[in-house]
Amino acid sequence: MHIVVCIKQVPDSAQIRVHPVTNTIMRQGVPTIINPYDLFALEAALRLRDEHGGTVTVLTMGPPMAEDSLRKALTFGADRAVLLTDRFFAGSDTLATSFALAQAIAKIGETFGTPDIVFTGKQTIDGDTAQVGPGIAKRQKLLQLTYVSKIAELDLAARRIKVERRAEGGVQVLETRLPVLITMLEGTNEMRRGTMVDALRAARAEIVTWSAKDAGIEDVLKCGLRGSPTVVKRVFAPAARSDKAQMIEIQPATRDTADALVAAIFGGIAGIEGDLVELHQTL
Amino acid sequence: MIEERFDAIVIGAGMAGNAAAYTMASRGLKVLQLERGEYPGSKNVQGAIMYASMLEKIIPDFREDAPLERHLVEQRFWVMDDRSHTGMHYRSDDFNEDKPNRYTIVRAQFDKWFSRKCREVGVTLLCETTVTELIRNDAGKVLGVKTDRRGGAVFADVVVLAEGVNGLLGPRAGLRASPKPETVALAVKEMHFLPAETIESRFAIKGDEGVVIEMVGTFSKGMTGLGFLYTNKESISVGLGCLVSDFAETRESPYAMLEAFKAHPSIAPLLAGSECKEYAAHLIPEGGFKEIPQLYGDGWVVVGDAAHFNNAVHREGSNLAMTSGRLAGEAIHRIKAARDPLTKDTLKLYKQLLDESFLMKDLKKYKDLPGLLHTNSKNFFLSYPQLMSQAAQSYLRVDGTPKIDKEKKTLRSFIDKRSRLGLISDAVKLAMAWR
Repeated sequence: MHIVVCIKQVPDSAQIRVHPVTNTIMRQGVPTIINPYDLFALEAALRLRDEHGGTVTVLTMGPPMAEDSLRKALTFGADRAVLLTDRFFAGSDTLATSFALAQAIAKIGETFGTPDIVFTGKQTIDGDTAQVGPGIAKRQKLLQLTYVSKIAELDLAARRIKVERRAEGGVQVLETRLPVLITMLEGTNEMRRGTMVDALRAARAEIVTWSAKDAGIEDVLKCGLRGSPTVVKRVFAPAARSDKAQMIEIQPATRDTADALVAAIFGGIAGIEGDLVELHQTL
Repeated sequence: MIEERFDAIVIGAGMAGNAAAYTMASRGLKVLQLERGEYPGSKNVQGAIMYASMLEKIIPDFREDAPLERHLVEQRFWVMDDRSHTGMHYRSDDFNEDKPNRYTIVRAQFDKWFSRKCREVGVTLLCETTVTELIRNDAGKVLGVKTDRRGGAVFADVVVLAEGVNGLLGPRAGLRASPKPETVALAVKEMHFLPAETIESRFAIKGDEGVVIEMVGTFSKGMTGLGFLYTNKESISVGLGCLVSDFAETRESPYAMLEAFKAHPSIAPLLAGSECKEYAAHLIPEGGFKEIPQLYGDGWVVVGDAAHFNNAVHREGSNLAMTSGRLAGEAIHRIKAARDPLTKDTLKLYKQLLDESFLMKDLKKYKDLPGLLHTNSKNFFLSYPQLMSQAAQSYLRVDGTPKIDKEKKTLRSFIDKRSRLGLISDAVKLAMAWR
């Protein structure tokens, strides 16, 4: 069995800052991490491999420094890493990204064996669109299972897979045939700690690095900024709320201070004046 | 267990560990380096000033691509009371040279660069890998390490302990004592973001020029302590440190002291309008020469902060770390090249190289100073700063008091505070310790 897991290197959103003057996102010095949702996809893939045998290839598109994320994925236990990097890819939106990744997956299929399952995270924390996974599925003509919370069964002989999927108001149990693309939901598993052997292998592994041409992408007009119809009109930080905290002295606490407190907290909410009067009387 | 054997395992990817790993790998040894942090530098804290000549001895052309913040053209020493500072500033255009001597750095960036250099010469680096134990034979010889990863035992001819001031492995294995509260300082530091132009106009500098301020005074509440403020490219590092034993005794909180320090009328204007980016704390070895532990043994050496290498007077920590790492690496390479085993007997070469270097000579020179400042801390850090401020004010205010009376009054205030004998004794002791 061959599983491809698409991961993305993203800025650690917990540490991101907005420039106070220009309102642009300051990426300089912000540590990068593997998109947290992708880790659930990777762990799901590694578990399937451990149970059923086969190999896991991790794929990312990004600048050369995205190699760090791939190496980390190898430390967790992935077997092979492919970095798709080319200046043609700069400025890609989800349409151009899913095009490039789909082409790279086709090339991975030719080079290392056709994948039975392609995994992605539910979405990324920097784009939050959840479009790239389905985009790849469509282009690669893979059946798609999105928001999957559990891989219930995999029958390689029958080429069938059964999963649980979170849907509005419940859980769907879906069964379909391979090959398939799965976008994995957060909180569905916990990433393992790689063994010493994995860590050593990852530190020395040769990362397969492909340009657009290496990945067999001929139509570079579909890549990067030129292949991206999405336009970012403006990036801005919302204005800070002007509400100021206020201090209410409660020493000694009296009925009046209690009323003042209630009024301060609930006073601005329309339509509850009656309730407040009633509350005052009950107390 | 890992079948593969290494020539050396380096524990830690700070200045000392990187220097040792680089030195050995660039001479052809097979080196495995283990770092508990997520990436090299993620756990490392320093002011930080880096002295060029010690790094030049390891990577001569480091200026080409190392992430350096500013080269220093001005040094200010301040003696502060609660409302003033008495300062000495030294600034020279001579510091604007082709190869400047001192730079401010940001360790998270710098250590990543240093580590990349190590990997380029063949070091195998594993991050997020904590060494839990040294593997030793019955005779006590160190054979390798165990890590917190499954199947995590690895073996090598020698283990270089570059685990930092608070490293647990050495003390646990009985190779050295844990740091004592009276010989380590706790330093707290904040990084404040400011646009480069603001920093340049505020400190009257241009381009990559930088300024350093180092302070003593009443902010340390009578404890042995040092404050600092360093200009980086787009940020200012500000912090202070005092001995851990003093903190324990006075029950002062480091963060509250730092808040008061930042609000000091001499410091607040330098930080005005900035945004605090990070808060960090770290232990600094301050015991000097007398606290240096056994540095080598069968199959092991200890380098950097873990070996208590820090010159508190000249505030040299990381360059002693780099130097000790390099000398350990050179010694190990020479022993390996002679096809000798790495035993206590052969590894004494490391100690010999240290003794011949500036490192041990400097630490020996100041061996009595940490003790003196500690036992006299109230005078040096509380009384004298206040007296200096009073003297300066008395000199600068013109109010019709006869000058002779003013001088007498100043002298009397010093004597009242410390007695004639006390003053002379402090001066003599300081001179002796410095000599």
